[in-house]
This record gives sequence, structure tokens and C-alpha cells, in this order.
Amino acid sequence: MSNILEMINITKRFPGVVALDRVSLKVKAGSVHALMGENGAGKSTLMKCLFGIYSMDEGKIIFDGKEVSFANSKQALENGVSMVHQELNQVRQRNVMDNIWLGRYPKKGIFIDEKKMYEDTAAIFKSLDINIDPRRKVSSLSVSEMQMVEIAKAVSYDSKVIVMDEPTSSLTEKEVAHLFKIIRTLKSKNVAIIYISHKMEEILKISDEVTIMRDGQYIATKSAKDLTTDEIIKLMVGRDLSQRFPPKVNQPGDVILKVKNLTAEMQPSFKDINFELRKGEILGIAGLVGSKRTEVVEALFGLRAIQSGTIELHGKEVINHSPQQAIKNGFALVTEERRSTGIFPGLSISFNSIIANLPQYRKGIFLSESQVYDDTKWVIDSMKVKTPSQKTAIGTLSGGNQQKVIIGRWLLTKPDVLLLDEPTRGIDVGAKFEIYQLINQLASEGKGIIMISSEMPELLGVTDRILVMSNGRAAGIVETKTTSQEEIMRLAALY
Amino acid sequence: MNNKAKKGSNIIKWLFDNVIYVFLVLLVIGIIIASPDFLSMTNFINILSQSSSRIIIALGIAGILILGGTDLSAGRQVGLAAVISASLLQAGDYAYKMYPNLPELPLFVPILIAMVITGLFGTLNGWIVSKFHVPPFIATLGMMIGVYGITSIYFDRPPYGAQPIGGLSEAFTTFAQRGIKIGQYEFPYLIFYAVIVSILIWIIWNKTQLGKNMYAIGGNPEAAKVSGVNVAKNMIIIYMIAGLLYGFAGTLEAGRVGSATNNTGNMYELDAIAAAVVGGVSLSGGIGTVAGVITGVLIFQIINYGLAFLGVSPYIQFIVKGAIIVVAVAFDMRKHAKKK
Repeated sequence: MSNILEMINITKRFPGVVALDRVSLKVKAGSVHALMGENGAGKSTLMKCLFGIYSMDEGKIIFDGKEVSFANSKQALENGVSMVHQELNQVRQRNVMDNIWLGRYPKKGIFIDEKKMYEDTAAIFKSLDINIDPRRKVSSLSVSEMQMVEIAKAVSYDSKVIVMDEPTSSLTEKEVAHLFKIIRTLKSKNVAIIYISHKMEEILKISDEVTIMRDGQYIATKSAKDLTTDEIIKLMVGRDLSQRFPPKVNQPGDVILKVKNLTAEMQPSFKDINFELRKGEILGIAGLVGSKRTEVVEALFGLRAIQSGTIELHGKEVINHSPQQAIKNGFALVTEERRSTGIFPGLSISFNSIIANLPQYRKGIFLSESQVYDDTKWVIDSMKVKTPSQKTAIGTLSGGNQQKVIIGRWLLTKPDVLLLDEPTRGIDVGAKFEIYQLINQLASEGKGIIMISSEMPELLGVTDRILVMSNGRAAGIVETKTTSQEEIMRLAALY
Repeated sequence: MNNKAKKGSNIIKWLFDNVIYVFLVLLVIGIIIASPDFLSMTNFINILSQSSSRIIIALGIAGILILGGTDLSAGRQVGLAAVISASLLQAGDYAYKMYPNLPELPLFVPILIAMVITGLFGTLNGWIVSKFHVPPFIATLGMMIGVYGITSIYFDRPPYGAQPIGGLSEAFTTFAQRGIKIGQYEFPYLIFYAVIVSILIWIIWNKTQLGKNMYAIGGNPEAAKVSGVNVAKNMIIIYMIAGLLYGFAGTLEAGRVGSATNNTGNMYELDAIAAAVVGGVSLSGGIGTVAGVITGVLIFQIINYGLAFLGVSPYIQFIVKGAIIVVAVAFDMRKHAKKK
């Protein structure tokens, strides 16, 4: 088999960091090529270079025997390189075939040829064994069906290379099986798949070759049948966990928070969740996407209605029907989606620091400027936020610095229980270490911390105990010291 | 980049970032070159006094725009307040009084009544928008039409039917038409009312919890909610304040013109939105300053007054105003796009 796509010595620099350092990727026609690496290893950056979203500083891309440089993903698509995204971007209000042929509708004179559109769509679906009515509205499709539509769209462009980014992250086992069947069909049509995933078993099952990246560098390309899960992890991590996490200094004390039989009002969601949190303890929550981890902490913080169950803080039941109540009761939440629910991008660091704590600054009808100044200064100093001034708009800072401001915002409210939802998502490695240190320090100061994370090493390196959720239920609580990735994965897939 | 070039690009950046103020200065200079007589205290005072009630209305609307909302009912609320206050402030000896037996009330009573009524309509707007999640455009469109109906019913009634409510009491006309004499010039009270309102609004926007919450809700409503801001309550209060301001502006309009009809204030909301937007208030919310809004109103008033002073056809004035709205916002979008 010959290589359909070769990315050779790709280098991409951002101010202050080398995101990709002479990375190479060679994909054979009609093969499934897994691209692996931890978050931040540079997989997405490499793909963005392929699709022209980033311009690379060095290196070349050879596609189908010719050197290419796509200006944008549309151009790549038209040349036969397509991507099925993690976040599916479709026009949800329109139907399936409109979405597939968007921008290049078949025409009869000045009118759109609906009949041809329907027949062409149906033919592609049939060849891929996809059973969806082309006239259905996209908003009525399940995630897996939408993904199939995306794949069909890629096929309709005669793609020779299809990139799939975490395609199974929201799929059930049955849906994964169907996806794999489609992937095998594509292979038989000599289409190459670049398969980005974190799930070892899947990778070993579906892929022919595996390329592993770490910290922006190319590590190895190996045949999948010569690899084991352990070997992949070793290649991916490449160093001891102990260097990536600060030493643990916190000492869990008495129980401060008891959650009993917590069940969400809007089902399907979490059901019958029980756990305790100690003073100075870091409790992790693990689980696959869709296991309703976020929903649990949002319910604790009053953002989601609960149908039944109780929350006890310091032995007394608390009612958190709204974030205002939750804040008063001593809860704080750093949300998962920093951009959409965390920062006020156009407003200053000062504003972003104090917004959750405004009642504390009131002097009559006014806000005390000096207290606002002092608290902002405290946030910047103690969180080590790198910023030119208090007045700088937070949107101009790096993700890590934004996150430090948000954590600082919540510490100003002097919470007893700090809820952290994916606190290091989208943050570079150095800043992650600082955030871990901060979490450790807060716990050793006696705060109870609940931390959701999708990164297994992070959970194992930072927490004291881990609550594993599976499909809305608590599958078990494990001691971090004695557990393993395998045990957590097994619990996460329990229900 | 060498220093000289850097300095040059800094100046250009500053000019872009402050484009409305630059434009205001250029506009005035342009008019003065065309007609040096324009530069007189009388013209200056006239422009300010004509801007006064518009500044008050624009500040009300601007708060709602900063929330990420809009208010199409502002003009009709101004009309309602004008009709109510005028009907309660007719001179005792005027032949066509709406309430023939009504004694002359102290000035503040009708003003308060008008403000309370529009304040309630503002509250209603805020309540509908925040509790039922009706898009502000639709909620206030409905309010605009409904309030016009209410104003018309009140206006067109016995004993004299639909005719301008005039013959206002001297106290009222003095309040809205006279001023403080300083030297040979009389500065209308209207200017002082606008200054007082501007200061109050500046304090609310910059120094209070309500103001911070307003910017937070407009800047990122989800983050505001998570940060413990009571989004609905704060929205309702901002809409209410807008209503109160429309009420005050409405009584000033009635007093300034000397009469009121059910069409007083018609379309004022569009002028106010245009002025706010030209003054740098973002229609997507979260951004805006009191100084910007005032500048926006002044620009339009100077165009009106200045072009009329130069004898330019009023039809051409419309073309100029229309172009300015679009160009100003295009510049503004450029500025924000650069920051991304």
C-alpha cells in the first residue's frame, strides 16, 4: 500500500511555545491510522495545520503524490480531505440532505433539484449501510446519527482521507459497533481514516497503524497488532506521573458535606447519588462523557433542579435552588465551559474577579472601590495571574491565566466546598501544574474540593478518592492510592 | 518596527478607538468653516437644550442595550407620560381643560404620576423579557403598540375629544422652558435636568452592584447566572429605570413644546437607539458608557441643527444621518474584531 497522505517535519510555533516540533505522519491508503497522545500533545494542532486553520512554520504536506497547502477546510474538503468533528457543526433546523449538499446543491436551471439530492443521499447512505431518512430534520437525529451524516457528507465529497476526532466519545456500545462497520466499509473503498481517540481498546481493535505524539513531538509509529495498552501508555506519557503532579500535602479531616440519594428532576440524568466529602479532601469524579458528572455538581450549586435527595453541610441540610443560595451556603463552582459560562471576555480582570462577591463590597448603595482593588490584587498575587494590569480585559489572557482568575473569583466568596468541573481543560502543561498546586494548597487550608476530570492521570495524581459515575449512577468510590486506570474504566462502563 | 512608525500607528489606533469623538470634533470644525457664525453661545445653548430630553431617553434605552436587550416602546411611553402630565397640568383658567374641576397641582405630583406609570410599563417589559424569555424586540414591540392604544384612549375622550392638550400652567412651562440667566445668556433648566440624570446614571452604571450586574448580564448571561447574579431581578430593575426616565423625558417634552398629543414621542426610540449605538453601545450587550451615549445624542443634534443652520435641505440631513449610523457601527465592529 502506498501513502495517500504524508505530513513531513511539521513545525508550528506560537509565541513562547513550540506546539509542534518536526512532527511526521504517514497514512497509507485504505488504512485506519490512529493518532494518539495526551491532551495538549499536539494532535489537534497537527490536524489544524493539515486543514489550513493554522499555517505551519516548517514542513510539507504531500497528498496523493502532490505537495499541497490547503488555505482552509473547505479547500481541503474539495480536494478529498475531510474531518468529522468532535463538535458536529450542522444546520440543525434543516434536513439531512440539505446539510450534506449545502453550498453545492444540485440544480435544474435556477431551481434546486430536490429529487437528485434525495436519490444521491439515499445512494450514499445505502453504500454505507446507514439507515436514516434524508428528509429528516437534523435536530431530530441522535448524536450517532448526526455523526453518520457527517461521514456520509465526507464520502459525498469523494474524500480519500477522513479525519475522525474522538468519534466514539458520545456513542453507546452498539453505536460504536455500527461506526466500526462503516469504517471498515470505507476502508474497503480505499479511504484512509485518521482516527483520534483516547480509548485504547478501540484503537487496538479498529486501527492498522498507530502514531503517538507527546508534548508536540513525534514519538513513534507502530503497527497496531504489535502494540498493547501498556506500551501505548508508556509511549504517550513517557515519564513518571510523579513529575507531572506536585506532592500531595493535604490531610483530609472530618466530613463536611453529605450528599444523600440525589436524583435530578429532569430525567434521564443522574439518579440516587450518595457520597461524603471531608474537610481538606480532594474528591475526584470520573466517568465517560454523558455519565452526568457535570449535572451532579450543577445540582449541588443550584443550577439544576433535584427531584429528591438531600445535601448536608456541616450536619445541617442546605437548600440550593439557585446559585445565589449556593454561594451563601458556602459553595463555589468553576464551570467546565470557561468561555461560555465562566469569563466575561470583554470586561476587566478586576470585574471578572469580584463579580461573584459583589454583596461584600456594598457600602450603602455604592461599592467600595478600595476593597474591590484590594481583592483584585489578592487574586492576581495569590493566584499568580500574569497580567499587565487590573484593567486588562480577561479575554486577552491565556487560558491558564483566565482559569486562575476564575478560581480566584470563587475563593473571594470564602467557600467551604469548591466544585471544579474540568479545571485544567484547554490549559498548557506548565499552567496545569500551577493549578494542581493551587488545588493542593486549598485542600491543605481545609477546603473540601470536588473535581471532575476526564483526564485519568490527573485524577490519579491529584485526588484522594474518586467517585466513578456510569450512565447517571454512582458506580463506586475508590481510594486513589490503591486504584488503577483499569478499575476506574471498568466502573465507568458498569451501567 | 522603528519608533517613528510605531508612534504613527499608535496615533492611528487612538483615532480609531475614539472615532466618535474625533468625528464630533471634525463635524463641528466642518460646520464652523462653512459658516463661522455657527460658533455662538446661542447656538451652543440651543443644541444642548434640544438634546436634553433625548439624552435622558437614550440613557434609559442604553441601559437595556447593555443588558443585551432593546426597547421599541420608549417613544410611545414618552408620549403616554407627556399626555398624562399635560392633562394634569393645564392652567386653571384654560377653557378646554380635560379635568375642568382639577385644581392646579404642585408640579411634582403629575411628574411623579407620569413616571410611576411608565415605570410600571418598564417593569412589565422587564418582567416579560426575563421571566417568559420573550425576545426583547417582540416584547417591547407589543408594548409599543399597546401603549399607543392606551395613550390614544386617554387622549381621545370627553369633554373635548382628540385635540392637543395645551394651555399648560405657568409653573409647568417655566419648569421646562425657562432657565438660569448667566450674564446675557439664559441656560434652560432642561440642560441641568439632563446633567443631573446623566450623573445619576453614571453613578448607577459605575459605582453600584446593579451597574456591575448590568454589564455582567449583557457581557455573558450564563456566566452572570453562575456567578450568583439574580439575572431576572436585575433585568427588571434596569427596564424599570428606563421606564422612569421615559416618564421624566415625556413630561419635559410636553412642557417644552407646550402641548401633547397621542403622537408625542413617536419614533423617539429609534433616534435613541441610533444615538446610543453611534456612541459605542454594543447591540450584543455588555459594552457602553454614559459619555458615549451623550456624545451620540450630541452628534445627531449637531447634525440636525448645524445642517439646518447651513441651509441644507432636511431631506439631505436624513441621508447624512442614515449613513452615519451605519459607518459608525462599522468602525466600532472593526475595533472589537481586532481585539479577538
